[in-house]
Amino acid sequence: MDTFLSGVELLARFDVALALLIGSVGGVIIGAIPGVGPAVAIAILLPATFSMEPLVGLTMLLGIYGSSMFGGALPAILINTPGTAVNALTTYDGHPMTRSGQALKALGLAYGASFAGGIISIVVLILLSPVLAEIAPMFGSREIFLAALLGIVLVIIAHRGQTFAAGMLAAFGIFLGTVGLEPVKYTQRFTFGQEWLASGVNLIVVVLGLFAISQAFVLLNEPESAPKTQRIRGSMWNALKEVLRYKRVTSAGAGFGVLMGMIPGVGEFTAQFLSYTYAQKTSKDPDLFGKGSPEGLVASESANNAVPAAAMIPLLALGIPGEALTAMMLSVFYVHNVIPGPALFQGKLDFVYALYMAMIVLNVIVIVFMLFSSNLLIRIIRIPTRFLGVMILTLSFVGVYSLRNSASDCAIAAVFGIFGLILKRQNLPIVPIVLGIVLGGIMEVKLRSAMARVKTPLDFVDRPIAALIATAIVVLIVAHIWGVIRERRSREPEMSHDHDVHDSQMR
Amino acid sequence: MNRIKTLQDLFKRYRRPGDMVFALTFFIFSVFLLASIPDQVVWVKRTKLFAQPAFWPTIAIGLMVLFSLFHLIGSLVSERIPGRLQEVLYWLRSVEFALWFMAYVAVVPVLGYLLSTILFCGLLSFRMGYRGLRWMAASTLFAVAVVVLFKAFLQVKLPAGLIYEGLPDGIRSFMMTYL
Repeated sequence: MDTFLSGVELLARFDVALALLIGSVGGVIIGAIPGVGPAVAIAILLPATFSMEPLVGLTMLLGIYGSSMFGGALPAILINTPGTAVNALTTYDGHPMTRSGQALKALGLAYGASFAGGIISIVVLILLSPVLAEIAPMFGSREIFLAALLGIVLVIIAHRGQTFAAGMLAAFGIFLGTVGLEPVKYTQRFTFGQEWLASGVNLIVVVLGLFAISQAFVLLNEPESAPKTQRIRGSMWNALKEVLRYKRVTSAGAGFGVLMGMIPGVGEFTAQFLSYTYAQKTSKDPDLFGKGSPEGLVASESANNAVPAAAMIPLLALGIPGEALTAMMLSVFYVHNVIPGPALFQGKLDFVYALYMAMIVLNVIVIVFMLFSSNLLIRIIRIPTRFLGVMILTLSFVGVYSLRNSASDCAIAAVFGIFGLILKRQNLPIVPIVLGIVLGGIMEVKLRSAMARVKTPLDFVDRPIAALIATAIVVLIVAHIWGVIRERRSREPEMSHDHDVHDSQMR
Repeated sequence: MNRIKTLQDLFKRYRRPGDMVFALTFFIFSVFLLASIPDQVVWVKRTKLFAQPAFWPTIAIGLMVLFSLFHLIGSLVSERIPGRLQEVLYWLRSVEFALWFMAYVAVVPVLGYLLSTILFCGLLSFRMGYRGLRWMAASTLFAVAVVVLFKAFLQVKLPAGLIYEGLPDGIRSFMMTYL
């Protein structure tokens, strides 16, 4: 209880409160604009947060991460365009509800479910934290190495149908992380004699290129469009309360969100899908799913908003980010020389509690903001797309250049911008590259220190957690290959599916 | 068209026009890296395999070559999707915007952040077809807001413009610090 109270104390500061307010309201607006998602915003703001204290910077970024999905539901429901990647499933039931004149109900349900999902997940994790603090110290070098490897394996096999592409991109990420002067034997790796490559390829430069600049290029290249929307009338408060009629689906969604969020490399998509499938299978009206089912909408929104809090667990407890956004947040820790890992969870549990409390506050701020602001947001999402492209490119500059005032960083970011555009056009995932860079670096360091005490290969997995993770890795790979073979046997024509469900995944 | 039916479906992504070009380019790039391994990494004597500086680049490039080869084979044996050339031209069109971006990067140390940003936003908006007075005003307002937010308020590190040197003393230090 004492640690919890000291966590609350950490939060009770003006600058933290301001960061939370800016992050959460900003996150909603950014989430609501199709074409800009939390990844773009976090990438741009990252260098600016380096000069802030870790808690202030992190609460602002967390604010954006946690609130963007609220905002993203708005265009998903009203104009059938997900505002952020994880609102794609929301369009399936949200937009049909709008078409049948239930826009207010759909928005209320989406906000209510997001809020409930967020709060349930945070409360669960606060209760779990003491247990996690007990388990975290059992993770030594080899366990962390294996957990990072598990993250890489999961992010590759999660891209079914594009496993090879995801594999080559993850390997490319690992390669990028090795470029430059290595810190142990001081040899140059893949610098081709170029001085500007000696300090390596900076993660933030790559992320800004892949997420932000590439999105600007896509928007500038595409024909102009400005979505048309109608005003929302009626009481949002009453619509919000409707979510109480779907308590079972909401809690299940939050549960899936927590579980999937904690596993590196998995994230919102799997959580949402499991939650959606569960809701459909247990529904009295399964045929309505995809045609405007309130349960489907609640399942999808409660699951996606439960993930951010859970995704902080592997980041804080093990120092392993599970997806692109937490990978970016990891750099905030590194800049301040705070290395997340078992020691942080054990020694600074109040800091962890403070972050969770901040997430509760941000959910409250956002839901209050949402009660009044839907019509305001509708006006904001009508920014023409090409102008939005100009805006993102302008903001990307300050993100890249302010890092170390280096023109070569900007050139690298521009090249990754073009590369990101090609990946987006090819419907290939960006996340494996980012995870490859971060997890590759972790794997290198941890394997080196783990091998010092390992004599035979079996020594590597002679501790229970190491054995468990190693088994999980083997089982996942075998199950994946088996699944692919089974799928081949009952093959459906390639064009009989919805190809665009992942289109927005990279914003 | 069917929507999602199974869990596996959700994770599936499908090919798009130009997939062959991308797969081939990436494979060639991977092979180039593979060929550069002897020159670009060092095997240090009296060091264990896992601690070798060359260990991880070699693993990563090995996997790149392997996966990109499979990806290329996948593209080769699949039906061709029409629109390959148009797709590649689309990729190349983005080079123009990369050049705009680099021009902006080059101008900032000379003209200063404020003036360069106003110019960049105005010119690029004009190029993208926002040519009315209202759009010019909007882009200028946006540029000023960005500069004030990042340079004056968040104090991010950006160089002062060369032309600021010519300004009178009082204004010069204000411009260098805040704009």
